[in-house]
Amino acid sequence: MHPAPSVILFSTLSGLGFGLLAFLGLGMPSPTGFGAFVWFTLAYLLAVGGLIASTFHLGHPERALKAFKQWRSSWLSREGICAVVALLVMAVYGAALFFADTRIIPLGYIGAALSIGTVFTTAMIYTQIKTVPRWHNITTPLMFLTLCIAGGALLSGRVGLAIPLLILAALAQIAHWIVGDRALEKSGTTLATATGLGARGDVRAFEPPHTGTNYLLKEFVFVIGRKHAFKLRVIALTLMALFPVFALMFTITGGLPGMLIHLLAALAVVSHLLGVLAARWLFFAQAEHVVGLYYGKR
Amino acid sequence: MTTLPTSTDRKLGLVIDLDTCVGCHACVISCKGWNTENYGAPLSDQDPYGAAPSGTFLNRVHSYEIQPTDAPAQLVHFPKSCLHCEDAPCVTVCPTGASYKRVEDGIVLVNEQDCIGCGLCAWACPYGAREMDTTEKVMKKCTLCVDRIYNENLPEEDREPACVRTCPAGARHFGDFSDPESNVSKLTAERGGMDLMPEMGTKPVNKYLPPRVKDRDRSEDVDILAPFLDPIATEPTGFLGWLDKTLTTLPGGKT
Ligand code: SF4
Ligand code: SF4
Ligand code: SF4
Repeated sequence: MHPAPSVILFSTLSGLGFGLLAFLGLGMPSPTGFGAFVWFTLAYLLAVGGLIASTFHLGHPERALKAFKQWRSSWLSREGICAVVALLVMAVYGAALFFADTRIIPLGYIGAALSIGTVFTTAMIYTQIKTVPRWHNITTPLMFLTLCIAGGALLSGRVGLAIPLLILAALAQIAHWIVGDRALEKSGTTLATATGLGARGDVRAFEPPHTGTNYLLKEFVFVIGRKHAFKLRVIALTLMALFPVFALMFTITGGLPGMLIHLLAALAVVSHLLGVLAARWLFFAQAEHVVGLYYGKR
Repeated sequence: MTTLPTSTDRKLGLVIDLDTCVGCHACVISCKGWNTENYGAPLSDQDPYGAAPSGTFLNRVHSYEIQPTDAPAQLVHFPKSCLHCEDAPCVTVCPTGASYKRVEDGIVLVNEQDCIGCGLCAWACPYGAREMDTTEKVMKKCTLCVDRIYNENLPEEDREPACVRTCPAGARHFGDFSDPESNVSKLTAERGGMDLMPEMGTKPVNKYLPPRVKDRDRSEDVDILAPFLDPIATEPTGFLGWLDKTLTTLPGGKT
Protein backbone atom coordinates (compact mmCIF):
# COMPACT_ATOMS: atom_id res chain seq x y z
CA MET A 1 0.00 0.00 0.00
CA HIS A 2 1.18 3.48 -0.80
CA PRO A 3 2.40 5.11 2.44
CA ALA A 4 0.65 8.49 2.18
CA PRO A 5 2.45 10.94 4.52
CA SER A 6 -0.84 12.59 5.53
CA VAL A 7 -2.28 9.29 6.76
CA ILE A 8 0.91 8.27 8.58
CA LEU A 9 1.09 11.66 10.31
CA PHE A 10 -2.58 11.44 11.18
CA SER A 11 -2.51 8.01 12.79
CA THR A 12 0.71 8.75 14.70
CA LEU A 13 -0.16 12.22 16.02
CA SER A 14 -3.81 11.48 16.71
CA GLY A 15 -2.92 8.22 18.43
CA LEU A 16 -0.61 10.09 20.78
CA GLY A 17 -3.04 13.00 21.26
CA PHE A 18 -6.00 10.78 22.10
CA GLY A 19 -3.77 8.71 24.39
CA LEU A 20 -2.87 11.86 26.30
CA LEU A 21 -6.51 12.96 26.39
CA ALA A 22 -7.44 9.58 27.86
CA PHE A 23 -4.93 10.01 30.69
CA LEU A 24 -6.11 13.57 31.31
CA GLY A 25 -9.68 12.26 31.45
CA LEU A 26 -8.64 9.69 34.04
CA GLY A 27 -7.12 12.46 36.13
CA MET A 28 -3.53 11.49 35.50
CA PRO A 29 -2.49 14.29 35.76
CA SER A 30 -5.36 16.46 36.93
CA PRO A 31 -4.09 19.98 36.31
CA THR A 32 -6.13 23.08 37.01
CA GLY A 33 -5.87 26.69 35.88
CA PHE A 34 -3.00 27.51 33.56
CA GLY A 35 -1.55 23.98 33.89
CA ALA A 36 -4.79 22.59 32.49
CA PHE A 37 -4.55 25.01 29.58
CA VAL A 38 -1.05 23.80 28.69
CA TRP A 39 -1.88 20.08 28.95
CA PHE A 40 -5.08 20.33 26.97
CA THR A 41 -3.52 22.53 24.29
CA LEU A 42 -0.82 19.94 23.77
CA ALA A 43 -3.32 17.09 23.55
CA TYR A 44 -5.58 19.02 21.16
CA LEU A 45 -2.70 20.10 18.96
CA LEU A 46 -1.75 16.46 18.48
CA ALA A 47 -5.25 15.03 18.11
CA VAL A 48 -6.71 17.80 15.94
CA GLY A 49 -3.47 18.29 14.02
CA GLY A 50 -3.61 14.63 13.10
CA LEU A 51 -7.24 14.87 12.04
CA ILE A 52 -6.52 17.89 9.85
CA ALA A 53 -3.56 16.09 8.27
CA SER A 54 -5.88 13.21 7.41
CA THR A 55 -8.14 15.47 5.33
CA PHE A 56 -5.18 16.29 3.05
CA HIS A 57 -5.44 12.83 1.66
CA LEU A 58 -9.07 13.31 0.59
CA GLY A 59 -9.79 14.14 -3.03
CA HIS A 60 -12.61 16.47 -1.97
CA PRO A 61 -11.96 17.68 1.59
CA GLU A 62 -14.67 20.32 1.17
CA ARG A 63 -17.22 17.50 1.32
CA ALA A 64 -15.72 15.98 4.49
CA LEU A 65 -18.86 16.65 6.54
CA LYS A 66 -20.73 14.10 4.45
CA ALA A 67 -18.50 11.43 6.00
CA PHE A 68 -20.45 11.49 9.27
CA LYS A 69 -23.50 9.91 7.70
CA GLN A 70 -22.84 6.20 7.33
CA TRP A 71 -21.92 5.13 10.86
CA ARG A 72 -24.19 2.11 10.54
CA SER A 73 -21.77 0.34 8.22
CA SER A 74 -18.58 2.38 7.86
CA TRP A 75 -15.70 2.42 10.34
CA LEU A 76 -14.38 5.59 8.73
CA SER A 77 -17.66 7.30 9.48
CA ARG A 78 -17.65 5.95 13.05
CA GLU A 79 -14.12 7.23 13.51
CA GLY A 80 -15.15 10.74 12.47
CA ILE A 81 -18.09 10.78 14.85
CA CYS A 82 -16.17 9.24 17.75
CA ALA A 83 -13.32 11.74 17.31
CA VAL A 84 -15.62 14.76 17.29
CA VAL A 85 -17.62 13.58 20.31
CA ALA A 86 -14.43 12.75 22.24
CA LEU A 87 -12.98 16.17 21.49
CA LEU A 88 -16.21 17.92 22.53
CA VAL A 89 -16.55 16.00 25.80
CA MET A 90 -12.91 16.55 26.68
CA ALA A 91 -13.25 20.25 25.81
CA VAL A 92 -16.02 20.62 28.39
CA TYR A 93 -13.99 18.63 30.93
CA GLY A 94 -10.89 20.71 30.26
CA ALA A 95 -12.82 24.00 30.38
CA ALA A 96 -14.19 23.09 33.83
CA LEU A 97 -10.63 22.42 35.03
CA PHE A 98 -9.30 25.63 33.54
CA PHE A 99 -12.08 28.08 34.39
CA ALA A 100 -13.63 26.60 37.53
CA ASP A 101 -10.83 24.44 38.95
CA THR A 102 -13.43 21.68 39.01
CA ARG A 103 -12.87 18.10 37.93
CA ILE A 104 -16.07 16.55 36.62
CA ILE A 105 -14.94 12.98 37.23
CA PRO A 106 -17.60 11.02 35.27
CA LEU A 107 -17.20 13.34 32.27
CA GLY A 108 -13.47 12.67 32.34
CA TYR A 109 -14.05 8.92 32.32
CA ILE A 110 -16.47 9.20 29.40
CA GLY A 111 -13.99 11.36 27.52
CA ALA A 112 -11.20 8.88 28.19
CA ALA A 113 -13.31 5.99 26.89
CA LEU A 114 -14.25 7.97 23.78
CA SER A 115 -10.61 8.91 23.16
CA ILE A 116 -9.49 5.29 23.30
CA GLY A 117 -12.57 4.40 21.26
CA THR A 118 -11.48 6.80 18.52
CA VAL A 119 -8.14 5.04 18.18
CA PHE A 120 -9.99 1.72 18.11
CA THR A 121 -12.18 2.93 15.21
CA THR A 122 -9.05 4.07 13.37
CA ALA A 123 -7.53 0.63 13.83
CA MET A 124 -10.75 -1.02 12.62
CA ILE A 125 -10.63 0.92 9.35
CA TYR A 126 -7.52 -1.09 8.51
CA THR A 127 -8.48 -4.31 10.27
CA GLN A 128 -11.74 -4.63 8.31
CA ILE A 129 -9.87 -4.54 4.95
CA LYS A 130 -9.87 -8.20 4.01
CA THR A 131 -7.97 -7.49 0.81
CA VAL A 132 -4.86 -6.66 2.85
CA PRO A 133 -4.30 -9.85 4.87
CA ARG A 134 -1.46 -8.22 6.84
CA TRP A 135 -4.00 -5.86 8.41
CA HIS A 136 -6.97 -8.19 8.62
CA ASN A 137 -6.22 -9.72 12.02
CA ILE A 138 -6.44 -8.94 15.72
CA THR A 139 -2.84 -7.75 16.01
CA THR A 140 -3.77 -4.52 14.19
CA PRO A 141 -6.14 -3.11 16.84
CA LEU A 142 -3.91 -4.52 19.61
CA MET A 143 -0.93 -2.67 18.20
CA PHE A 144 -2.82 0.60 17.68
CA LEU A 145 -4.40 0.52 21.14
CA THR A 146 -1.30 -0.45 23.13
CA LEU A 147 0.75 2.19 21.31
CA CYS A 148 -1.87 4.86 21.96
CA ILE A 149 -2.10 4.02 25.66
CA ALA A 150 1.67 3.70 26.11
CA GLY A 151 2.19 6.99 24.26
CA GLY A 152 -0.41 8.65 26.47
CA ALA A 153 1.29 7.38 29.62
CA LEU A 154 4.68 8.55 28.37
CA LEU A 155 3.43 11.98 27.37
CA SER A 156 1.47 12.51 30.58
CA GLY A 157 4.57 11.65 32.63
CA ARG A 158 3.25 8.42 34.23
CA VAL A 159 6.73 6.92 34.37
CA GLY A 160 5.78 3.85 36.40
CA LEU A 161 2.99 2.99 33.95
CA ALA A 162 4.81 4.04 30.80
CA ILE A 163 7.67 1.54 31.18
CA PRO A 164 5.54 -1.64 31.24
CA LEU A 165 3.08 -0.18 28.72
CA LEU A 166 5.85 0.64 26.25
CA ILE A 167 7.17 -2.90 26.55
CA LEU A 168 3.66 -4.23 25.96
CA ALA A 169 3.26 -1.99 22.90
CA ALA A 170 6.58 -3.18 21.52
CA LEU A 171 5.43 -6.78 21.94
CA ALA A 172 2.16 -6.00 20.14
CA GLN A 173 4.09 -4.38 17.31
CA ILE A 174 6.36 -7.41 17.02
CA ALA A 175 3.31 -9.71 17.02
CA HIS A 176 1.81 -7.62 14.22
CA TRP A 177 4.97 -8.11 12.17
CA ILE A 178 5.23 -11.84 12.82
CA VAL A 179 1.57 -12.54 12.05
CA GLY A 180 1.63 -10.09 9.14
CA ASP A 181 4.62 -11.65 7.40
CA ARG A 182 2.69 -14.89 6.95
CA ALA A 183 -0.76 -13.43 6.45
CA LEU A 184 -0.93 -13.23 2.66
CA GLU A 185 0.20 -16.82 2.30
CA LYS A 186 -2.22 -18.00 4.98
CA SER A 187 -5.14 -16.15 3.38
CA GLY A 188 -5.04 -18.67 0.55
CA THR A 189 -5.49 -16.01 -2.10
CA THR A 190 -3.15 -16.50 -5.04
CA LEU A 191 -3.11 -15.74 -8.74
CA ALA A 192 -4.72 -19.17 -9.10
CA THR A 193 -7.84 -18.19 -7.11
CA ALA A 194 -7.78 -14.65 -8.51
CA THR A 195 -8.12 -15.95 -12.06
CA GLY A 196 -9.94 -19.17 -11.24
CA LEU A 197 -7.51 -20.91 -13.59
CA GLY A 198 -5.33 -22.64 -11.00
CA ALA A 199 -6.72 -26.14 -11.58
CA ARG A 200 -5.29 -26.20 -15.10
CA GLY A 201 -1.67 -25.55 -14.26
CA ASP A 202 0.69 -22.86 -13.10
CA VAL A 203 -0.73 -19.41 -13.83
CA ARG A 204 1.69 -16.63 -14.68
CA ALA A 205 0.92 -12.99 -15.42
CA PHE A 206 1.94 -12.74 -19.06
CA GLU A 207 1.02 -9.25 -20.18
CA PRO A 208 -0.33 -6.40 -18.05
CA PRO A 209 -3.40 -4.57 -19.35
CA HIS A 210 -1.47 -1.44 -20.23
CA THR A 211 2.18 -0.66 -20.84
CA GLY A 212 2.13 2.23 -18.38
CA THR A 213 1.36 2.34 -14.71
CA ASN A 214 -2.05 3.15 -13.18
CA TYR A 215 -3.86 4.16 -10.00
CA LEU A 216 -4.07 0.56 -8.79
CA LEU A 217 -0.35 -0.07 -9.11
CA LYS A 218 0.56 3.24 -7.48
CA GLU A 219 -1.88 2.87 -4.60
CA PHE A 220 -1.70 -0.86 -3.90
CA VAL A 221 1.60 -2.20 -5.21
CA PHE A 222 4.13 -0.06 -3.38
CA VAL A 223 7.38 -2.00 -3.13
CA ILE A 224 9.99 0.71 -2.57
CA GLY A 225 11.88 0.23 0.66
CA ARG A 226 10.61 -3.27 1.35
CA LYS A 227 14.15 -4.57 1.06
CA HIS A 228 15.19 -2.37 3.97
CA ALA A 229 12.24 -3.48 6.04
CA PHE A 230 14.22 -5.42 8.61
CA LYS A 231 16.59 -2.55 9.36
CA LEU A 232 13.68 -0.15 9.56
CA ARG A 233 11.91 -2.46 11.99
CA VAL A 234 14.91 -2.49 14.28
CA ILE A 235 15.17 1.30 14.09
CA ALA A 236 11.44 1.73 14.71
CA LEU A 237 11.47 -0.57 17.71
CA THR A 238 14.53 1.05 19.21
CA LEU A 239 13.15 4.55 18.88
CA MET A 240 9.59 3.65 19.79
CA ALA A 241 10.20 1.59 22.92
CA LEU A 242 13.78 0.62 23.70
CA PHE A 243 15.28 4.08 24.07
CA PRO A 244 12.28 5.59 25.90
CA VAL A 245 12.21 2.68 28.38
CA PHE A 246 15.90 3.08 29.18
CA ALA A 247 15.59 6.86 29.40
CA LEU A 248 12.66 6.53 31.81
CA MET A 249 14.51 3.99 33.92
CA PHE A 250 17.36 6.47 34.24
CA THR A 251 15.00 9.18 35.41
CA ILE A 252 13.77 7.05 38.31
CA THR A 253 17.16 5.77 39.47
CA GLY A 254 17.43 8.96 41.51
CA GLY A 255 20.33 11.27 42.13
CA LEU A 256 19.94 12.98 38.77
CA PRO A 257 19.53 16.76 38.57
CA GLY A 258 16.01 17.92 37.69
CA MET A 259 17.12 19.43 34.41
CA LEU A 260 18.53 16.14 33.20
CA ILE A 261 15.37 14.27 34.16
CA HIS A 262 13.29 16.65 32.09
CA LEU A 263 15.68 16.42 29.18
CA LEU A 264 15.61 12.62 29.27
CA ALA A 265 11.82 12.61 29.43
CA ALA A 266 11.58 14.99 26.50
CA LEU A 267 14.02 12.88 24.49
CA ALA A 268 11.98 9.79 25.30
CA VAL A 269 8.84 11.45 23.90
CA VAL A 270 10.55 12.63 20.69
CA SER A 271 12.19 9.25 20.19
CA HIS A 272 8.87 7.47 20.72
CA LEU A 273 7.14 9.74 18.20
CA LEU A 274 9.81 9.12 15.55
CA GLY A 275 9.71 5.39 16.21
CA VAL A 276 5.95 5.23 15.77
CA LEU A 277 6.24 7.25 12.54
CA ALA A 278 8.76 4.75 11.19
CA ALA A 279 6.59 1.80 12.23
CA ARG A 280 3.51 3.36 10.59
CA TRP A 281 5.43 3.93 7.38
CA LEU A 282 6.22 0.21 7.38
CA PHE A 283 2.59 -0.58 8.25
CA PHE A 284 1.64 0.76 4.82
CA ALA A 285 4.76 0.11 2.76
CA GLN A 286 4.84 -3.58 3.69
CA ALA A 287 1.12 -4.18 3.29
CA GLU A 288 0.32 -6.36 0.28
CA HIS A 289 -3.06 -5.84 -1.38
CA VAL A 290 -4.40 -8.90 -3.21
CA VAL A 291 -5.03 -6.85 -6.37
CA GLY A 292 -1.25 -6.95 -6.90
CA LEU A 293 -1.65 -10.65 -7.74
CA TYR A 294 -3.49 -9.76 -10.95
CA TYR A 295 -0.35 -7.93 -12.00
CA GLY A 296 1.94 -10.76 -10.97
CA LYS A 297 3.15 -8.66 -8.07
CA ARG A 298 2.66 -8.47 -4.34
CA MET B 1 -27.11 4.16 2.40
CA THR B 2 -24.02 2.05 2.49
CA THR B 3 -25.66 -0.89 4.19
CA LEU B 4 -26.29 -3.51 1.53
CA PRO B 5 -29.79 -4.53 0.46
CA THR B 6 -30.63 -8.01 1.76
CA SER B 7 -31.80 -8.94 -1.72
CA THR B 8 -32.22 -7.23 -5.06
CA ASP B 9 -35.17 -7.55 -7.45
CA ARG B 10 -32.89 -8.43 -10.35
CA LYS B 11 -29.22 -9.34 -10.58
CA LEU B 12 -27.85 -7.70 -13.67
CA GLY B 13 -24.32 -8.60 -14.66
CA LEU B 14 -21.93 -10.01 -17.23
CA VAL B 15 -20.72 -13.40 -18.29
CA ILE B 16 -17.20 -13.25 -19.69
CA ASP B 17 -16.10 -16.15 -21.82
CA LEU B 18 -12.38 -16.75 -21.35
CA ASP B 19 -12.50 -19.36 -24.08
CA THR B 20 -13.62 -16.89 -26.70
CA CYS B 21 -11.92 -13.65 -25.71
CA VAL B 22 -9.14 -12.85 -28.15
CA GLY B 23 -7.64 -10.04 -26.10
CA CYS B 24 -8.33 -7.34 -28.66
CA HIS B 25 -9.07 -4.64 -26.03
CA ALA B 26 -12.03 -3.35 -28.08
CA CYS B 27 -14.18 -3.53 -24.93
CA VAL B 28 -11.61 -1.42 -23.07
CA ILE B 29 -11.79 1.30 -25.69
CA SER B 30 -15.56 1.30 -26.11
CA CYS B 31 -15.96 1.39 -22.31
CA LYS B 32 -13.64 4.33 -21.98
CA GLY B 33 -15.28 6.07 -24.93
CA TRP B 34 -18.83 5.74 -23.65
CA ASN B 35 -18.05 6.51 -20.03
CA THR B 36 -15.85 9.50 -20.64
CA GLU B 37 -18.46 11.19 -22.81
CA ASN B 38 -21.58 10.55 -20.81
CA TYR B 39 -22.53 10.09 -17.14
CA GLY B 40 -20.45 11.89 -14.50
CA ALA B 41 -16.82 12.98 -14.44
CA PRO B 42 -14.78 12.12 -17.55
CA LEU B 43 -12.08 9.44 -17.40
CA SER B 44 -8.91 11.48 -17.52
CA ASP B 45 -5.54 10.58 -18.99
CA GLN B 46 -2.20 11.80 -17.72
CA ASP B 47 0.63 12.40 -20.17
CA PRO B 48 -1.32 10.49 -22.87
CA TYR B 49 1.15 11.11 -25.68
CA GLY B 50 4.27 11.40 -23.52
CA ALA B 51 6.80 8.99 -22.15
CA ALA B 52 4.80 7.77 -19.14
CA PRO B 53 1.11 7.64 -20.09
CA SER B 54 -1.52 6.55 -17.56
CA GLY B 55 -5.23 7.02 -17.16
CA THR B 56 -8.49 5.91 -15.63
CA PHE B 57 -10.08 2.76 -17.04
CA LEU B 58 -13.16 0.90 -15.84
CA ASN B 59 -12.31 -2.24 -17.75
CA ARG B 60 -8.85 -3.67 -18.31
CA VAL B 61 -7.74 -6.81 -20.13
CA HIS B 62 -4.92 -8.84 -18.60
CA SER B 63 -3.24 -11.83 -20.24
CA TYR B 64 -2.14 -14.91 -18.34
CA GLU B 65 -0.13 -17.94 -19.27
CA ILE B 66 -1.13 -21.33 -17.91
CA GLN B 67 1.50 -24.04 -17.89
CA PRO B 68 -0.10 -27.46 -17.38
CA THR B 69 2.24 -30.25 -16.27
CA ASP B 70 1.64 -32.42 -19.32
CA ALA B 71 0.70 -30.07 -22.13
CA PRO B 72 1.93 -26.97 -23.89
CA ALA B 73 1.39 -23.57 -22.29
CA GLN B 74 -1.87 -21.77 -22.98
CA LEU B 75 -2.54 -18.06 -23.17
CA VAL B 76 -5.74 -16.69 -21.64
CA HIS B 77 -6.96 -13.14 -22.13
CA PHE B 78 -8.73 -11.90 -19.07
CA PRO B 79 -10.99 -8.82 -19.11
CA LYS B 80 -11.74 -7.43 -15.66
CA SER B 81 -14.24 -4.82 -14.54
CA CYS B 82 -16.57 -4.44 -11.54
CA LEU B 83 -18.30 -7.74 -10.75
CA HIS B 84 -21.25 -6.00 -9.02
CA CYS B 85 -20.80 -8.23 -5.97
CA GLU B 86 -23.80 -9.22 -3.87
CA ASP B 87 -21.74 -8.79 -0.72
CA ALA B 88 -19.86 -5.74 -1.93
CA PRO B 89 -17.23 -4.69 0.64
CA CYS B 90 -16.63 -1.48 -1.33
CA VAL B 91 -20.12 -0.28 -0.43
CA THR B 92 -20.14 -0.90 3.31
CA VAL B 93 -16.83 0.87 3.95
CA CYS B 94 -17.94 4.11 2.26
CA PRO B 95 -18.39 6.82 4.93
CA THR B 96 -20.58 9.13 2.87
CA GLY B 97 -23.11 6.87 1.23
CA ALA B 98 -21.70 7.81 -2.18
CA SER B 99 -21.26 4.10 -2.93
CA TYR B 100 -24.42 2.06 -3.04
CA LYS B 101 -25.97 -1.08 -4.45
CA ARG B 102 -29.29 -0.63 -6.20
CA VAL B 103 -32.22 -2.65 -4.89
CA GLU B 104 -33.95 -2.80 -8.29
CA ASP B 105 -31.16 -4.41 -10.32
CA GLY B 106 -28.13 -4.91 -8.04
CA ILE B 107 -25.88 -2.48 -9.92
CA VAL B 108 -23.15 -0.97 -7.70
CA LEU B 109 -22.78 2.76 -8.34
CA VAL B 110 -20.98 5.85 -7.03
CA ASN B 111 -22.81 9.12 -6.56
CA GLU B 112 -19.95 11.42 -7.51
CA GLN B 113 -21.48 14.51 -5.86
CA ASP B 114 -21.17 12.80 -2.47
CA CYS B 115 -17.77 11.18 -2.96
CA ILE B 116 -15.03 12.74 -0.81
CA GLY B 117 -12.31 10.79 -2.63
CA CYS B 118 -11.08 8.92 0.43
CA GLY B 119 -10.23 5.87 -1.63
CA LEU B 120 -11.34 3.40 1.01
CA CYS B 121 -13.76 1.61 -1.35
CA ALA B 122 -10.90 0.91 -3.76
CA TRP B 123 -8.92 -0.55 -0.86
CA ALA B 124 -11.82 -2.84 -0.02
CA CYS B 125 -12.32 -4.18 -3.57
CA PRO B 126 -10.23 -7.31 -4.16
CA TYR B 127 -10.44 -7.03 -7.93
CA GLY B 128 -9.04 -3.59 -8.63
CA ALA B 129 -12.37 -2.58 -10.12
CA ARG B 130 -12.40 0.97 -8.75
CA GLU B 131 -10.03 3.71 -9.78
CA MET B 132 -9.75 7.20 -8.38
CA ASP B 133 -9.64 9.68 -11.23
CA THR B 134 -6.47 11.73 -10.90
CA THR B 135 -8.00 14.90 -12.33
CA GLU B 136 -11.52 14.81 -10.89
CA LYS B 137 -10.52 13.19 -7.56
CA VAL B 138 -13.64 11.08 -7.40
CA MET B 139 -14.03 7.32 -7.50
CA LYS B 140 -14.86 5.85 -10.90
CA LYS B 141 -16.14 2.37 -11.59
CA CYS B 142 -18.15 0.31 -14.09
CA THR B 143 -21.83 1.30 -14.04
CA LEU B 144 -22.89 -1.64 -16.19
CA CYS B 145 -23.72 1.20 -18.59
CA VAL B 146 -26.76 2.08 -16.53
CA ASP B 147 -27.22 5.02 -18.92
CA ARG B 148 -27.50 2.69 -21.93
CA ILE B 149 -29.41 -0.35 -20.74
CA TYR B 150 -32.54 1.64 -19.83
CA ASN B 151 -32.04 4.40 -22.42
CA GLU B 152 -35.08 4.67 -24.65
CA ASN B 153 -33.32 7.18 -26.89
CA LEU B 154 -31.04 4.40 -28.10
CA PRO B 155 -32.12 1.79 -30.63
CA GLU B 156 -33.13 -1.47 -28.97
CA GLU B 157 -29.96 -3.34 -29.95
CA ASP B 158 -27.76 -0.71 -28.30
CA ARG B 159 -29.42 -1.07 -24.89
CA GLU B 160 -26.65 -3.19 -23.45
CA PRO B 161 -23.27 -2.31 -21.94
CA ALA B 162 -20.84 -0.78 -24.45
CA CYS B 163 -18.29 -3.58 -23.93
CA VAL B 164 -20.85 -6.26 -24.72
CA ARG B 165 -22.14 -4.37 -27.75
CA THR B 166 -18.66 -3.94 -29.16
CA CYS B 167 -16.99 -7.30 -28.50
CA PRO B 168 -16.17 -8.73 -31.93
CA ALA B 169 -15.68 -12.24 -30.56
CA GLY B 170 -18.98 -12.53 -28.71
CA ALA B 171 -17.07 -13.16 -25.49
CA ARG B 172 -19.25 -10.90 -23.34
CA HIS B 173 -22.87 -11.49 -22.38
CA PHE B 174 -25.22 -9.26 -20.41
CA GLY B 175 -28.32 -10.37 -18.55
CA ASP B 176 -30.24 -11.02 -15.36
CA PHE B 177 -28.78 -13.74 -13.14
CA SER B 178 -31.87 -13.88 -10.93
CA ASP B 179 -33.77 -15.42 -13.84
CA PRO B 180 -32.69 -19.04 -14.29
CA GLU B 181 -33.92 -18.95 -17.89
CA SER B 182 -31.81 -15.94 -18.89
CA ASN B 183 -28.95 -16.27 -21.37
CA VAL B 184 -26.39 -15.55 -18.67
CA SER B 185 -27.82 -18.07 -16.19
CA LYS B 186 -27.90 -20.77 -18.84
CA LEU B 187 -24.35 -20.06 -20.00
CA THR B 188 -23.14 -20.15 -16.41
CA ALA B 189 -24.83 -23.49 -15.78
CA GLU B 190 -23.70 -25.09 -19.06
CA ARG B 191 -20.10 -23.96 -19.01
CA GLY B 192 -19.34 -24.01 -15.29
CA GLY B 193 -19.23 -20.23 -14.80
CA MET B 194 -16.96 -19.39 -11.90
CA ASP B 195 -16.34 -16.68 -9.26
CA LEU B 196 -13.05 -14.84 -8.92
CA MET B 197 -11.45 -15.09 -5.46
CA PRO B 198 -14.44 -16.88 -3.92
CA GLU B 199 -12.55 -16.95 -0.59
CA MET B 200 -13.01 -13.20 -0.30
CA GLY B 201 -16.72 -13.78 0.30
CA THR B 202 -17.82 -10.99 -2.03
CA LYS B 203 -20.27 -13.18 -3.97
CA PRO B 204 -19.60 -11.64 -7.38
CA VAL B 205 -22.55 -11.45 -9.76
CA ASN B 206 -20.37 -11.50 -12.89
CA LYS B 207 -19.24 -14.97 -13.86
CA TYR B 208 -16.24 -16.17 -15.87
CA LEU B 209 -16.50 -19.12 -18.25
CA PRO B 210 -13.29 -21.14 -18.06
CA PRO B 211 -11.41 -21.79 -21.30
CA ARG B 212 -12.24 -25.16 -22.82
CA VAL B 213 -9.56 -27.81 -22.54
CA LYS B 214 -7.39 -27.66 -25.65
CA ASP B 215 -6.41 -30.65 -27.81
CA ARG B 216 -3.19 -32.12 -26.51
CA ASP B 217 -0.07 -32.75 -28.58
CA ARG B 218 -0.02 -36.51 -29.09
CA SER B 219 2.93 -36.83 -31.45
CA GLU B 220 3.49 -40.45 -30.38
CA ASP B 221 0.27 -41.68 -31.94
CA VAL B 222 -0.48 -39.00 -34.47
CA ASP B 223 -2.15 -41.05 -37.12
CA ILE B 224 -3.73 -44.45 -37.47
CA LEU B 225 -2.11 -44.66 -40.94
CA ALA B 226 1.34 -44.16 -39.45
CA PRO B 227 2.33 -47.86 -39.54
CA PHE B 228 1.74 -47.92 -43.31
CA LEU B 229 4.08 -45.03 -43.76
CA ASP B 230 7.06 -46.96 -42.40
CA PRO B 231 9.99 -46.59 -44.80
CA ILE B 232 10.29 -49.73 -46.94
CA ALA B 233 14.06 -49.93 -46.75
CA THR B 234 15.98 -48.67 -43.75
CA GLU B 235 19.36 -49.50 -45.31
CA PRO B 236 20.32 -47.75 -48.54
CA THR B 237 20.67 -50.02 -51.60
CA GLY B 238 22.03 -49.62 -55.15
CA PHE B 239 24.10 -46.56 -55.87
CA LEU B 240 23.38 -45.01 -52.47
CA GLY B 241 24.39 -48.27 -50.79
CA TRP B 242 27.69 -48.34 -52.71
CA LEU B 243 28.30 -44.67 -51.83
CA ASP B 244 27.51 -45.34 -48.18
CA LYS B 245 29.92 -48.26 -48.01
CA THR B 246 32.70 -46.43 -49.89
CA LEU B 247 32.46 -43.33 -47.79
CA THR B 248 32.50 -45.38 -44.62
CA THR B 249 35.79 -47.04 -45.60
CA LEU B 250 37.51 -43.70 -46.17
CA PRO B 251 39.57 -42.32 -43.26
CA GLY B 252 37.26 -40.57 -40.75
CA GLY B 253 34.25 -42.24 -42.30
CA LYS B 254 33.31 -44.35 -39.27
CA THR B 255 30.99 -42.49 -37.05
S1 SF4 C 1 -16.00 -5.87 -7.98
FE1 SF4 C 1 -15.10 -4.51 -6.45
S2 SF4 C 1 -16.07 -2.54 -6.89
FE2 SF4 C 1 -17.34 -4.08 -7.89
S3 SF4 C 1 -18.92 -4.60 -6.38
FE3 SF4 C 1 -17.27 -6.10 -6.13
S4 SF4 C 1 -16.00 -5.22 -4.51
FE4 SF4 C 1 -17.27 -3.55 -5.28
S1 SF4 D 1 -13.81 7.29 -2.39
FE1 SF4 D 1 -15.90 8.09 -2.52
S2 SF4 D 1 -17.16 6.29 -2.99
FE2 SF4 D 1 -15.18 5.53 -2.26
S3 SF4 D 1 -15.46 5.19 -0.05
FE3 SF4 D 1 -14.64 7.28 -0.27
S4 SF4 D 1 -16.45 8.59 -0.40
FE4 SF4 D 1 -17.17 6.50 -0.75
S1 SF4 E 1 -13.75 -6.99 -26.86
FE1 SF4 E 1 -14.27 -9.15 -26.45
S2 SF4 E 1 -12.59 -10.31 -27.38
FE2 SF4 E 1 -11.89 -8.18 -27.26
S3 SF4 E 1 -10.78 -8.10 -25.28
FE3 SF4 E 1 -12.90 -7.47 -24.86
S4 SF4 E 1 -13.94 -9.37 -24.23
FE4 SF4 E 1 -12.02 -9.97 -25.23
